[in-house]
Amino acid sequence: MNKHHIHLHRRAFLGNTTRGVGSVALATLMQKGFVQAAKNNNAQGFIQPGHLPQKAKRVIWLTMAGGPSHLETFDPKPKLAEMHGKPMPESLTKGQQLAQLQGSKLVCQGPLFPFQKFGKNQTEICSLFPHTGSVIDEICLIRSMVTDAINHDPAHMFMNTGSQIAGRPSMGSWVNYGLGSEAEDLPGFVVLVSTGKGRSPQPIAARQWSSGFLPSKHQGVQLRSKGDPVLYLGNPPGISKEQQADDVQVINTLNRKLDSSISDPEIATRISQYEMAFQMQASVPELMDISKESSRMLDLYGCTPGDGSFASNCLLARRLAERGTRFIQLYHRDWDHHSLLKEELPLRAREVDQACAALIRDLKQRGMLDETLIVWTGEFGRTPMGQGNKGPIGRDHHNKAMSMWMAGAGVRGGMVYGATDELGYAAEKDVVTVHDLHATMLHQLGIDHEAFTFKFQGLDAKLTGVEPCKVMKDVLF
Amino acid sequence: MSLIPLSLICFGWIAVPDEPLDFNRDIRPILSENCFYCHGPDKSHREAGLRLDDRESAIKKKAISAGDSKNSLLMERIFSKDADTLMPPPDSRKKLSEDQKQILKKWIEQGAKYSMHWAYEPPVKKQVPAGINPVDHFVGVRLAKVGLKPSPETDRRTLARRLYFDLIGLPPKPAEVEAFLNDKSPDAYGKLVNALLQNPHYGERMAIGWLDVVRFADTIGYHSDTPRNIWPYRDWVIQSFNSNKRFDRFTLEQIAGDLLPDASQETRVGSGFNRLLLTTEEGGAQAKDYESRMLTDRVRAVGTAWLGQTTGCAQCHDHKYDPFTSKDFYAMGAFFADIKETAIGRREEGMPVLDPQQAAQMEILEKKLKALQAGKPSKEEIASIEKAIKAIQAASPKTLVSVSLDKKRVVRILPRGNWMDDSGEIMKAAFPAYLPAPKSNGKEPGRMELAKWLVSRENPLTARTVMNRLWKQFFGTGLSKVLDDLGAQGELPPNQDLLDWLACEFMDSGWDFNHMVKTIVSSKTYRQTSTPSAEQVQKDPYNREHARQSRFRLDAELVRDNALDIAGLLNGKIGGPSAKPYQPDRYWENLNFPTREYSADKDVSQYRRGLYVWWQRTFLHPSLLAFDAPSREECTAERSRSNIPQQALVLLNDPSYVEAARALASRILKESNGRTDERIRWAFQLALQRNPDQEELHTLRTLFEKHLAEYRKDPQSAANLLKVGLIPVPKELDRAELAAWTHLARVILNLHETITRF
Repeated sequence: MNKHHIHLHRRAFLGNTTRGVGSVALATLMQKGFVQAAKNNNAQGFIQPGHLPQKAKRVIWLTMAGGPSHLETFDPKPKLAEMHGKPMPESLTKGQQLAQLQGSKLVCQGPLFPFQKFGKNQTEICSLFPHTGSVIDEICLIRSMVTDAINHDPAHMFMNTGSQIAGRPSMGSWVNYGLGSEAEDLPGFVVLVSTGKGRSPQPIAARQWSSGFLPSKHQGVQLRSKGDPVLYLGNPPGISKEQQADDVQVINTLNRKLDSSISDPEIATRISQYEMAFQMQASVPELMDISKESSRMLDLYGCTPGDGSFASNCLLARRLAERGTRFIQLYHRDWDHHSLLKEELPLRAREVDQACAALIRDLKQRGMLDETLIVWTGEFGRTPMGQGNKGPIGRDHHNKAMSMWMAGAGVRGGMVYGATDELGYAAEKDVVTVHDLHATMLHQLGIDHEAFTFKFQGLDAKLTGVEPCKVMKDVLF
Repeated sequence: MSLIPLSLICFGWIAVPDEPLDFNRDIRPILSENCFYCHGPDKSHREAGLRLDDRESAIKKKAISAGDSKNSLLMERIFSKDADTLMPPPDSRKKLSEDQKQILKKWIEQGAKYSMHWAYEPPVKKQVPAGINPVDHFVGVRLAKVGLKPSPETDRRTLARRLYFDLIGLPPKPAEVEAFLNDKSPDAYGKLVNALLQNPHYGERMAIGWLDVVRFADTIGYHSDTPRNIWPYRDWVIQSFNSNKRFDRFTLEQIAGDLLPDASQETRVGSGFNRLLLTTEEGGAQAKDYESRMLTDRVRAVGTAWLGQTTGCAQCHDHKYDPFTSKDFYAMGAFFADIKETAIGRREEGMPVLDPQQAAQMEILEKKLKALQAGKPSKEEIASIEKAIKAIQAASPKTLVSVSLDKKRVVRILPRGNWMDDSGEIMKAAFPAYLPAPKSNGKEPGRMELAKWLVSRENPLTARTVMNRLWKQFFGTGLSKVLDDLGAQGELPPNQDLLDWLACEFMDSGWDFNHMVKTIVSSKTYRQTSTPSAEQVQKDPYNREHARQSRFRLDAELVRDNALDIAGLLNGKIGGPSAKPYQPDRYWENLNFPTREYSADKDVSQYRRGLYVWWQRTFLHPSLLAFDAPSREECTAERSRSNIPQQALVLLNDPSYVEAARALASRILKESNGRTDERIRWAFQLALQRNPDQEELHTLRTLFEKHLAEYRKDPQSAANLLKVGLIPVPKELDRAELAAWTHLARVILNLHETITRF
């Protein structure tokens, strides 16, 4: 966390409130003792100290919502090109449940875009991702990921919570529960959503960042690019910042008085939460305002302030990382290419490629990449069979193969891990399950996934579920 | 590792107790937590063929030699110094404490007596001496044992507020508190209790908890999360509580309301319970996948709402801790295999729900039709009546109900929960094998039999589960604190005699809910002060022994109701379509198929109670969400009570609360008289039914005067503030004054005291 920044920020904040009636008392409140009290309420994690050496202090998870095709992103399949137009071997597809292709004739669809070699290991990725290619030596590409679900909503749930049943905590909540937050005046789990400039995208439920059965304070907070960045953050019309400070001050004075007569720890917590809310009213808009970033920086990411783009959100992710937010999850919607794969996928690639690379570069030059784990996934992969029943060619949902990547925080760069069969139908070498991914991410955060439990309905519930799973040791330094 | 959740640190046994060991109290929790995972009910995962949940097996395998710890292999293994033979094995991350080992040793020496898990034994109704409220009797027995004394009765103002919030979910009016304070008759309190039980808002208050456990919501939950017709079910719940419908009947109507011999519109609306689950309209969803999701969803619902059993794990394997097997799970699911529904896609419109007037018209029309058909009617005559019938149906609200298929769906055990695997055994509906069940008559039981079984005198779980939840409403924590699990991994209630008495009394009274509510709130235990003594905090920090009352924040819906009521805005209408209060723009922007604009109500529906707020499962109204209202995607027996910054942002900035502050300010100016201090006093009375002291008055007066001066200088800001919300600004009021009072009102609505039930 950038201590220097926080310090300056708090001073500036105090400077602005010296005119209010309660400003003296408020300033007193803001001093160390108080901030400490608030920190204790919000920052404490359950794992003190961590189980394992901590490589990652934080996570930035880039979710490509809709399910990007591995065959047009990171998994080159020349054999599939050869087989183009031929029936898919039944030996592969027998018994497999499909979404929209169920019962249709299954025909091989060759990759729609050429692949290109990048980096010191000449890793082949789709030519639509040249920027990602330019930082491929920082990236560990995983081509052997599988999941359990084949519909968007359950697949996201599984990817985020390790379960397809609603009511489980999202990983960001787990991690904040386990490690606490280092952000003093920002939420520890932040979600940013952008939408591709394409067709009607798949919905995303708020459940994806719910704290489930964990305490609500660990729930993800969505920062929005339009309107109040946090719900109810702005003062009501006609109420100035100073007046808001006065009112909060009086509320807290009266609450403190009540506490002195009936002594209830909940009251002290409430007082600190009002202070925290008030602080957020200043810190969140300051965070969201990227107009003060240099034009060189804006160009690096390829965004303009206020555009609500994935690129802007990547820049915000870096700003959040600097301010100590523990878990930052970005969603970029509209990767569900049942049709128009050739037309639409290049647009999505353009929307994310440069910004992903910029995020890696930016964190690296700030010395933060070593302690930030970046993860790029969809919720499932797509079929090597073409789908033609919804318009120009596309691909159906597929849970037996998908590609993803990780970077930073002790992950081996320039590496390719795992492989699918020659048609890209099923992961067959070093198969990675969603629980393996979770276990590995937790491992880098210093958490032993087997020991990280919360009692729920009488069970030691774990993010990684009851089936055995493994940390992908081979991809780690 | 320090991963013990707070919820586990409770008031319980720490050292080896002196008195004879009790299996359920002292032994089962140790074995369940540390051993059953590998040596318990789940046969597929059992190690060395040994089970420690069964005495015979443990003895046969020589793990236990009753009365002889030296010859018990269990002792050898748990005291082993060798990591290879130590039990539990180190890689299980389970570890017995020295005390726990000694307890097990002593237990074996005392003869290793087992008893059935407490919650599977029928509850026993212990004798209560005459002239004492049974709640007080059983609490008193425990208090004597743990060396605590009950607290004095709280003051009458607090008592009135507590009772109003607990029974109707609304604050008392100052005059109502005044009348109670001045009522010197010995049964003043009893009269108040009776009046509140008769209050039509009682049903609303009681409904909230039930709507959580049955996961009532206005939308389908998965993917597009589109609306469905179901709100008449919510009103049915409210009316059921208001009419004190007996809980056995309440159960029957929900599970089998369409099959009852006296099935009516009302009971069919209740059978909407079976339709409350999550459904999908996602393209590419597979029918078999969702058929399986729906089956499992329903089993979990019965488990949570009635049985207090966690059943979810048995979807894939036998329960690790309780005797609930995979077979039990699918056999339970098979009870619902007759429900007519589509596995994927849009739900049907549902049954028209006629109001009494429409029903009367319908009756006349149907009679006419019959009479006509007996003669030789013309086509036109018939058509005109049919048209009239259709018109009534079209004009009435619809609701999803249960309809039984002639031929049930086939239910198979899904190996490891895999819906693609057709190899599992076909299951007929059957009661869980570990619980007492009626003698089979050879016919497969149906939903009606299931409902009757749930509320039979022999079922040891239902009454305990329901009373445990009711207790939480009045004391903040269940008697057994894990509300959704009375199984082995739940908590043996510290005061089991009390829970069992309540359960028995509930059944003996004919499942009379009001009788139980009255019994509890009439007790001295309920009426104690909630301010703890230092000794109580030290000896019983979580108030599990009830030597005092508990204090807790109001539930999400009631936080809203309280503010609206104090402001004079509350719309007291009971029932009807769900309401849409103001909501931040674009909050639904991530919804799709179709995309949706939220359109807030522009009339008095804006001020309806919190339980009527439109329940959008994937994006629940953010002001309710901030105060821990569950999304109701899953059955929720336990709401958490958090204290987070978002709550402050809601109360400070949500237009609903700003408007409430504005309306309260108008009331202060119009309904109170005199100087600032007197008006502040009036507002305090309205919100808290007490007077502010000098310090509070001074603080608030200073704030008011400062804001008044600011708004006098800046009339535009005053005008802007007064524009928030729909209610008009009274013409005669001074704008600057009104704006300054709005701040004061806002402070009052934000106070911890205002949103807390003491």
